[in-house]
Amino acid sequence: MPATRIMPTEEGQELIDLTREICDKELRPKAGDVEAAAAAAGDAFPTEAFRTLGQAGLLSLPYPEEFGGGGQPYEVYLQVVEEIASAWMSVAVGTSVHSLTAYPVAEYGTDAQRAALMPGMLSGEQLGAYCLSEQQAGSDIASMTTRAAKDGNDWVINGRKAWISHAGHADYYTCFVRTSNDGGRGLSCLHVPAGTEGLSFAQPERKMGLHGDTVGEVIFENVRVPGENLLGSEGQGINIALAALDSGRLGIAAASTGLAQAALDLAAAYATQRHQFGRPIGDNQGLAFMVADMEAAVTSARATYLHAARLKDAGRPFSKQAAVAKLVASDAAMKVTTDAVQVLGGAGYTQDFPAERYFRDAKITQIFEGTNQIQRLVISRHVLGDART
Amino acid sequence: MNIVVCVKHVPDAQSERTFNDSDNTTDREGVDGLLSELDEYAVEEALKLVEASEGEVTVLTVGPAGAADALKKALQMGAHKAVHVTDDAIHGSDAPATSLLLAKAIEKIGTPDVVITGMASTDGTMGVVPAMLAERLNLPMVTYASQLTIDGSAVTARRDGDTASETIEATLPALVSVTDQINEPRYPSFKGIMAAKKKPVETWGLGDLGVDAGQVGLGAAWTKVDSFAKRPPREKGEIVTDEGDGGTKLAEFLASRKFI
Ligand SMILES: Cc1cc2nc3c(=O)[nH]c(=O)nc-3n(C[C@H](O)[C@H](O)[C@H](O)COP(=O)(O)OP(=O)(O)OC[C@H]3O[C@@H](n4cnc5c(N)ncnc54)[C@H](O)[C@@H]3O)c2cc1C
Repeated sequence: MPATRIMPTEEGQELIDLTREICDKELRPKAGDVEAAAAAAGDAFPTEAFRTLGQAGLLSLPYPEEFGGGGQPYEVYLQVVEEIASAWMSVAVGTSVHSLTAYPVAEYGTDAQRAALMPGMLSGEQLGAYCLSEQQAGSDIASMTTRAAKDGNDWVINGRKAWISHAGHADYYTCFVRTSNDGGRGLSCLHVPAGTEGLSFAQPERKMGLHGDTVGEVIFENVRVPGENLLGSEGQGINIALAALDSGRLGIAAASTGLAQAALDLAAAYATQRHQFGRPIGDNQGLAFMVADMEAAVTSARATYLHAARLKDAGRPFSKQAAVAKLVASDAAMKVTTDAVQVLGGAGYTQDFPAERYFRDAKITQIFEGTNQIQRLVISRHVLGDART
Repeated sequence: MNIVVCVKHVPDAQSERTFNDSDNTTDREGVDGLLSELDEYAVEEALKLVEASEGEVTVLTVGPAGAADALKKALQMGAHKAVHVTDDAIHGSDAPATSLLLAKAIEKIGTPDVVITGMASTDGTMGVVPAMLAERLNLPMVTYASQLTIDGSAVTARRDGDTASETIEATLPALVSVTDQINEPRYPSFKGIMAAKKKPVETWGLGDLGVDAGQVGLGAAWTKVDSFAKRPPREKGEIVTDEGDGGTKLAEFLASRKFI
């Protein structure tokens, strides 16, 4: 069942209608096959899906219209991401990551940088990658070692980034690099276009799920970009990265909610159709209550991300609420997809139904854009910090 | 080049479609309606032609208030303006009456270089309105085009039949109906959705077209639905037991259904 939504505007509702049409006709029917092909080949990318979304204007919704964006509040943008996730999780994650990559330019770029870079990023024809994590610097990003050194007016980057979504497929790379030895204060953000000399990619990772999201190492060997590619000021990198993640987490929360909704819909339909002991399995209270808990989990996930989104749209602090939403929604996705496999029984464990794919796709939501332990760190610091003052 | 595309608002084929108990006409109230999918190809083809040269695409529909949704979708896809012919007296109109209204409306719009229609509606699926309309407008008619090019004052279309493909040429102005093979209709974009809000939609009644209420509607219809019955529930599939001749039996089955 499509989720019941109250959209803040008529255009918001029209956007949801458009998204649902594209999901039904273009995304949902293809998701299973492309994911399976990507799993087998290690590297098949939903290029066509992103092109369709881009042409429809769905890859640039939360950015200003003057640069080609949709000028939509997060409340609307995130519900679009949720709808996409209910059809195809990898593509929803890609949509969210792409938004994340434009954030540093939109919020920290100069007018000249915005005018030069944003129209391309928001054209629907480009896809970005967000290069933060490294093999030895995952949760602890301040320990990163990829370096950019000043050479005349240029920056020269050396090092490796790990688990980067869209590696090798992106049109540009929004990179966080060390520009001084000053710990967390020694990081900066650089814009690196695809095709820059010295930029290369390792074999994509073989993963548990989310196969359509190609993930791999990005390797920098004397990658040279001009000084004007520095986004924000030197040393501001960690602030930019964390601010971007506050918003990015909401995208992951919305995607997690959509994934959970898809699993719930599948389980509910199956529970009414599958008969055992002479009646639908859903007629057993033991199973019906499981479905009720799944619905409660999906509804609370949606409520938490929408609450955070509305705070953000109103210009209020929302970092704590974004972490809560990411935590609640990703845990809901894990629980609901696990239970969906259970409702489908043996069929749920086979690839005849998408339940097992939903289950595999869910796990990553508890890990990326800050593990759920890190979300608890963020939340507790806010709560205890507030209590101290 | 100016193009008029005739579009129809039809009940969503995905939902439970039925007829009204009172007069056996199509139920348009109880189900979600949408722009007939076969008409999306006509809109797309018109947009491509205009984008390749210049001019305007006007979308035209005859239908009750809800039919405005079909116009809206076409405007969101990129059509420039829309005309909605609506009047309570039109309810129950058959194909001749519909073609009369479309012809009068097109004359009022000003006969364009090309009139494009889908090959049939997805509800009535009669596929006769394009021919009737061409006759009324006194235009050359090319139906079931699966490829279309316009060069100067000539339109060239390919028609794919079961055994052969024909290439047909006609002079402009002309009427063309297109198949679902001709193109891949675009989705509206978000910008298209926003732009559509500002595009002109005119609403015309019978009076605007100089058509008399007696010429249209259920009363004037040449055909009438006497009764309707729900399609029986789907029967169980046929199981062919292989007694050495399974292949032949399968082939016979497929041939009897005209699949091979
Ligand atoms: C499919 C996929 C896509 C990704 N996409 C991107 C991308 O596009 N860009 C990008 O930059 N990165 C990306 N990542 C990387 C991802 O963000 C990191 O994997 C994540 O931040 C965790 O880092 P880590 O793997 O090094 O785990 P670690 O930091 O080593 O953590 C291991 C475990 O220790 C726990 N832990 C660590 N520190 C603490 C603490 N202080 N308190 C309690 N527990 C702690 C963690 O919660 C976790 O359970 C992606 C990863 C995957 C798998």
